[in-house]
Amino acid sequence: MTDVAAGKPIPGLMQSRAAQWVRANLFSSWLNTAITLVIAYFLIKVLVAVLSWALFNAVWTVENNNTQACRAVQGMGACWAVIAEKYRFILFGTYPYEQQWRELAAIVTFIALYGISAMRRFWSLRLLYVWIAGLVLIGVVMWGGVFGLPVVETDRWGGLVITLILATFGIAVAFPIGVLLALGRRSDMPAIKTLSVVYIEAIRGVPLVSLLFMASVMLPLFLPEGVNINKLLRAQVAMIMFASAYLAEVVRGGLQAIPKGQYEAASALGLSYWQKTGLIILPQALRLVIPPLVNTFIGLFKDTSLVVIIGIYDLLDAAKTTVNTDPEWRGFGVEAYLFVSIIYFIFCFAMSKYSQHVEADLARARRR
Amino acid sequence: MPSATAPARSPAGPMIELRHVNKWYAEFHVLRDINLNVTRGEKIVICGPSGSGKSTMIRCINRLEEHQQGQIIVEGVELTGDVRNIDAVRREVGMVFQQFNLFPHLTVLENLTLAPIWVRKMPKREAEEMAMSYLNRVHIPEQAKKYPGQLSGGQQQRVAIARSLCMKPKIMLFDEPTSALDPEMVKEVLDVMIELAHEGMTMLCVTHEMGFARAVADTVIFMDRGEIVESDRPSEFFSHPKSDRTKLFLSQILGH
Repeated sequence: MTDVAAGKPIPGLMQSRAAQWVRANLFSSWLNTAITLVIAYFLIKVLVAVLSWALFNAVWTVENNNTQACRAVQGMGACWAVIAEKYRFILFGTYPYEQQWRELAAIVTFIALYGISAMRRFWSLRLLYVWIAGLVLIGVVMWGGVFGLPVVETDRWGGLVITLILATFGIAVAFPIGVLLALGRRSDMPAIKTLSVVYIEAIRGVPLVSLLFMASVMLPLFLPEGVNINKLLRAQVAMIMFASAYLAEVVRGGLQAIPKGQYEAASALGLSYWQKTGLIILPQALRLVIPPLVNTFIGLFKDTSLVVIIGIYDLLDAAKTTVNTDPEWRGFGVEAYLFVSIIYFIFCFAMSKYSQHVEADLARARRR
Repeated sequence: MPSATAPARSPAGPMIELRHVNKWYAEFHVLRDINLNVTRGEKIVICGPSGSGKSTMIRCINRLEEHQQGQIIVEGVELTGDVRNIDAVRREVGMVFQQFNLFPHLTVLENLTLAPIWVRKMPKREAEEMAMSYLNRVHIPEQAKKYPGQLSGGQQQRVAIARSLCMKPKIMLFDEPTSALDPEMVKEVLDVMIELAHEGMTMLCVTHEMGFARAVADTVIFMDRGEIVESDRPSEFFSHPKSDRTKLFLSQILGH
């Protein structure tokens, strides 16, 4: 069928092949024909309903926050006007309105850093410096206080940039910790092994939500008077602790798949433990676990939305606030949630596609 | 327990000395009172039925396995729990494995240069030149840029031999180097080993290639149930085996 759509030559032949496929797969017996027809009926009905809601009956813009038009079609048509009107709050949260370009700049910098990092030809030590420079730039732009930028406290940061900060630092810090924990769990040294096992099992045994609560409520109780750790930082630490335990188990899976002979050959050549691990074992082990690793990264990216429970306004919470606080726009949650879903999807799908690309790349180079 | 003091290096003494070495895997007594001296340039072939402890014995020499009793002294350094001693010994001892154990994520050239660069701190260019010279010696310089998975078994094993030689070892251990090979590839590996023997390398080979033993071995050792049952020059060993166990074993492997 796709061949037909692609307009390949010999249309007659293709046509008949498509017809054969249809007959063989959809109409091979009277029962199959009946099932095909029923499914097609429902598919068309759903498609028509979705299209008329999302496109044909939708309201795209309204004047002066006047949501009458939206209310009129509620239930039959989407009110995309809520996005047009509120996208800045959803994306940038409670950051001062006239300063929101700074958050945009931070988001663009993040995406640029991701883009550069994805390209193999930039993989060198210099990339680390680029990252440090980029993160410093993001920090300066977000915080302000220099170059005439007014200071914006982290309490007022919100929206997509919070999601990106939590996810980026979460993955970047949790991953090396996870690798060390995985190595620790397989260590010959009983103390290190026990510590790793206890940490991993303890963290995996509690929900992220409770970890976030502990970081936000309990941690300050243990700290000396006057020491106050930033709320965002506390959430970040909780996310890192959580993700590192999961990543450790993923990496351990990879380590277990490496044959003993690889360790022995490396030992026989006189490589030290860290040389063996860094040059021989990890490069092979991590390659094996790219799919579950990316799975965990994607999970972490979406788990950042749980920080709302300790009062940090990430992307999802900004959307919720939009449709809950402004009486004019109350009730248009579906549209706002769809909007943020699409943003989440873009990032997660990009990660997924990229991991497939890396896997294919590595498989091409090293056929076993 | 082996004593902690390592005797001073003496060039006149044996290169490898095993004194009353015992090893157990839990209850299983895998090495029983092994005594063995290997002199510089000596080629020893070790044979015996599977499970006789022959692989375990040579793996104790570079401490891939730990012995529990007795002493193992390599080039004047006693193998104890001391990591420095283990590292010192491993720098002098190369090993070739039955399953090649090449690093599949590295090219042939990178497999060869990895240890010289990281362990010997050799400059990369120099390491690559040396690696190419060893690839020439094992007759596969044209495979340098390929990955191990793209080579035949025989080629992989020759790369593994070259990889060990790149560390300029004084002793080479071979643990059934041809057992995992298709028959038509055995010869190319044995030829490389014979060339190495002729160059004067000290070699311990666990193998059932009796043709190889006849051609290069100074001593053939027969092991059974964790013991060295018989140790002799190949001519004597093959023509006048002394123990019944040796006779039985030889009849089994030479019989067909």
